[in-house]
Formats: sequence, structure tokens, C-alpha cells
Amino acid sequence: MDIWCRLRKGKEKVKALSPSLIYGLTGLFLFVIGCGGLLTCAQLLRKILAANIMASGVFLFLVTIAYGDGTFLDPVPHAMVLTGIVVSVSSTGLALALACRAQETANIDDIQHRSSEEDGP
Amino acid sequence: MTILGSNSMLVWPIILPLTAALLAFIHRKRSSMFGIGGGLATVLATMGLAWQAMEQGKGIYQLGGWQPPLGISLRLDGLAILMLLMTAITGMAVSFYARGYFQSRIARVPVRHGLQKRYFWPLWLLLWGALNNLFVTNDLFNMYIALEMVALSSAGLTALSGKPASQVAAMRYLLVSILGSLSFLLGVGFIYRNAASLDLTTLPTLLTSGPDVQLAVAFITVGLLLKTALFPFHFWLPPAHANALAPVSAILSGLVIKASWYVLLRLCWAFSPMASKSIMILLATLGSLAILWGAIQTLRQQRLKMLIAYSTVAQIGFLFVFFPLLPGSPIQGIKAAIYFALSHSCAKAAMFMASGTIFLQLGHDRIRDMAGIQQLLPMSCFAFSLAGLSLMGLPPSGGFIAKYLYISQAINQGNWWLAAVIILGSLLTVAYVYRVVAQLLSPKIVKGRQQREKISSSMEWSALALALMALLLGLIAPHTLGLLEVI
Repeated sequence: MDIWCRLRKGKEKVKALSPSLIYGLTGLFLFVIGCGGLLTCAQLLRKILAANIMASGVFLFLVTIAYGDGTFLDPVPHAMVLTGIVVSVSSTGLALALACRAQETANIDDIQHRSSEEDGP
Repeated sequence: MTILGSNSMLVWPIILPLTAALLAFIHRKRSSMFGIGGGLATVLATMGLAWQAMEQGKGIYQLGGWQPPLGISLRLDGLAILMLLMTAITGMAVSFYARGYFQSRIARVPVRHGLQKRYFWPLWLLLWGALNNLFVTNDLFNMYIALEMVALSSAGLTALSGKPASQVAAMRYLLVSILGSLSFLLGVGFIYRNAASLDLTTLPTLLTSGPDVQLAVAFITVGLLLKTALFPFHFWLPPAHANALAPVSAILSGLVIKASWYVLLRLCWAFSPMASKSIMILLATLGSLAILWGAIQTLRQQRLKMLIAYSTVAQIGFLFVFFPLLPGSPIQGIKAAIYFALSHSCAKAAMFMASGTIFLQLGHDRIRDMAGIQQLLPMSCFAFSLAGLSLMGLPPSGGFIAKYLYISQAINQGNWWLAAVIILGSLLTVAYVYRVVAQLLSPKIVKGRQQREKISSSMEWSALALALMALLLGLIAPHTLGLLEVI
């Protein structure tokens, strides 16, 4: 009886948490994928995209915090996400500009290599 | 803590450099005038603020009058004041150096260096404003914003030299910074989820310990260590610092690495009653490894700028070995750490500035071909040697006071291994500084091209002034450290 009660309680707890739990875990999962991509990809463009995926993961996580248990929506994380998106756009812009410049001055980026290999004879 | 009124000068050190950055960007012909003028105004505002703080004591400033749970607050205390003063002194010297540096270089290659000058001033003033904001903020999310501003402007500065090597280094630096700040932001998210507050004064009482707080601590610590380039994460630092323009290297090594370190220090101080001992020990272990590994790498370098950059890797270690002292006696540990940061900032910036002057004179920075350069640039060589004395920690330099405080604290608390690491690290510092100074001051006749570019006297004087400052910091220690206790 006691075990049954506890099981049902646990089930209810999981049910009550589920939307925010799913979104929160998805956010963390995206963060980890992006982190892995940033560390392992060789191409600059892929690294920049991976950083964007990481940022999306963090923002999803913050929005989940704002949702909480669904009764009260907290405005502060929303403000954080908005500001964070602005920062993320500007850092992506700077990273893309730097990548373009680096590619112009020296052939360090292997996007060029890869595409020319793929298009090759 | 008292609430500061609207007559407080706390916002001026943030507003003035940002305004000057915009003006310098718009009026590109007179960018260095706005740069120097904005810098002087910021220094005056910082000194006024320090004076006001000594009169009125520490306090909290609420931006726009909004209360902390929703609004952002700024905090004025001794630690913030010392960091602001450090930025003002080093920043002003670097500004004068940069003015002379660009004058000398534009005289030779007008177009390329003219472009560099045009973008240097806005980026540098933006960085100065961001650093000042970071040092006074009392809000976790605002810290993230300031860290991002610091990262974006310093990545731009790193890429400024236009060499392929510096662009690759800047790209890597930017990506590492993004990784670090996103990790920090995720940690901040976990903390907000736990405590529903971002305000540093109320957070320690609101936070309930649990696995999510441990995750938050892990994310925040790793993010900040990446940005500070502590030992396993130091890979991006030497190329970025060594390939940048000389004034930029001085800014990056002297000021920028202290930004993320300061955040970690501030957080550890705020949470020191509840912080776990093991994290402090971990930080100190990484710091000790950084001291030893960095010093060994420094000894192997053949180029002067690369040597100074690797020496920064080693000196960052010293900034972290004091963390185990924090839980026992926070104020004593903070005193040692802040003094080390102050003297390292002055000494390292002076070294990079002097090495930039030597580079301009000789056209290279190979250490073995540098013998006898003291005949051409006596003042720069003197400045480099003085800065070296402070880095080694010989009395009466600021480095000596910092290391003395460290070692006496470590022995008081029974952490003998910390004292041993600090002494060993200082001996290794002596070895690599001696290696350079022996070449610089050797009586041989210098080889290679001479009088390559006209060296402006403001370059030599500003490096010397900073090196003297690093030395004098030891003599004014009671006053400086008193500031930490009074307010």
C-alpha cells in the first residue's frame, strides 16, 4: 500500500513537471550538441553554427525557467533571453566577419579546400 | 549597505568611455584626440569616484531607481575601486603609448596603420567602458553582458594587426570566449532557477543548496576559467597576445584576463561561507600547474613577445593559488590577490610596451639577436628590467608585497605546499626574466637594422612610468590595502 502510494505520488510529480522538464532537457541537450560541435568540427563555419546551437539551447533553458510550473510567468528570464539573442547575433556577426577576413588573407579555412575538392575534376 | 543617491559618480566611469568610443568612431580624423581626451576624462571620473567612496563609504547604486529583484544595481566597494584604479592607470599609460605608436608607424606606412588607428580607439574605449561596468556591477546577468562586451571588443582588437596569424588567433579567441560566456550564462540560468534572483547581495541568503547549484558552479567556473586561460585552457592565449599590436598586447595581458578572474573572485567572495573546500583546492592545483608549466614553456621561447605571453600563462597561476585561503580569512586572501593583480597589470603592460618599442627599432623580436639594444633604447630597456623586478617579486616592488602576503597567509593556515609553489614559481620567473635582461643589457654592439622607424618619446616614457608604478606599488601598499578595509 505504502509503495503504491509513493509510486502514484512519483507519477503525479513527473506528470506535473513534464512540459518544463522536456523543454529544459532539450535545451541542455542542444547545449551539449553545440559544445561538441564547437570543439570537434574543423571548419570555421560549422564552429560558428555550433556556437549558435549552443546559444539556442541556453535560451530554451531560460524560457523553461520562466515557465516554471505554468501558473506564473516570470518576466526576468524573458528579458535575459532577449538580451542574450542580441549578444548572440552580434558575436555571430563578428565571428563571420573574422572568418571571411581570415579566409581572404590566408587559406587557413578548409571550407575553401573542401568545396574545391568536391567541385574538383 | 547604504543606497547611493543620484549624486554618486558611480555611473561616470562607464558612460564616459562609451561616449568617447562613439565620438572617436564618428570623427575618424580626430580619433586619437577623442581617445586621449576620453581616457583622461575617465581617469578623472575614476579618481573622483575613489575620493567620494573614501568620504561616503561603500554602497549600492540602483540604476533608474529600480529595486534589485527587477532592476540592476551597481556596487561600490574597496575591491571595485582598486580594480577601477588599476584599469585607469594602466589604460591611460597604454593610451599615451598607443598615440606615439601609431604616429611612428603612420609616418612609415600611412594607409594600413591609419586604418588600424581608426579602429583602435573606438574598440579600446568600448573595452574600457565594458571593464569598468564589469568591476562595479552587482547583477549576475549584467556580468554576462559586460563579459561579452569585453570579449567582442578584445577579439576585434586582436585581429587589428591584419597578419594572418593574428586573425587566426583572434578567431580562436572569439570562439573560446563565446563558449565560455554561454557556459557562464547556463550557470546563471541554473542559479536563477534556484533562487529567483540575480542580485549578488541577496543571493547568498536565497540560494538553497542542491545538485542544480553544483551544476551551476561547475558551468560558471569552467566558463570563467576558459576566458581567464588558466592552465588546461591556456592554449588560445599565447598566439592571441603575441601576434597583436604592441598596445593591444599590453591591454590584453594587463587588463582583459583580470576581467573574468575578477568575476570568479567576486563570486567566491560572495559565496565564501558556503563554498566547498574542494573547488578552492582544485583551483589552486590548476594554478600551481599553470605556474610550473607556464614557466617551463616561457624558458623555451625564442621570441620576446611570445616569451612575455607565456609568462602571462604562468602569472595567471599566481592569481589562482590564493583561493584556498579565502574561506579562512577572506579579506587577507583578497588583499594578496588584488595586490598581485595590480602589480602584474602594471608590470606586464610595461613589458609588452617596451618589447613593442624594441620590435619597432630592430624589426624583429628574436631574443638572441637583441644583445646591446640598451645603447639605442636605454629607457625602454630600463623599463623592461624594472617591470621584470616586480614580476620576480624583489622588494620594494608591488610583486614583493603580494608574494609576501601570500606566503605568510599560506604558512599561517598551514598550507605549506602553496608557499613552496609560490617560491618555486618566483625562482623560475627570475630565470626567464634574467634570460631577457642579460641580452638587453649586454655591452655588445647591436646587429641588424638600426633606426628603422622613428621612436616617439611618449612610447618610451609611458612604458617607464608604468614600470615605476609597479615598483612604487610596494611603497604605497599600506594606503592601497587600507582602501580595502575602510570601505
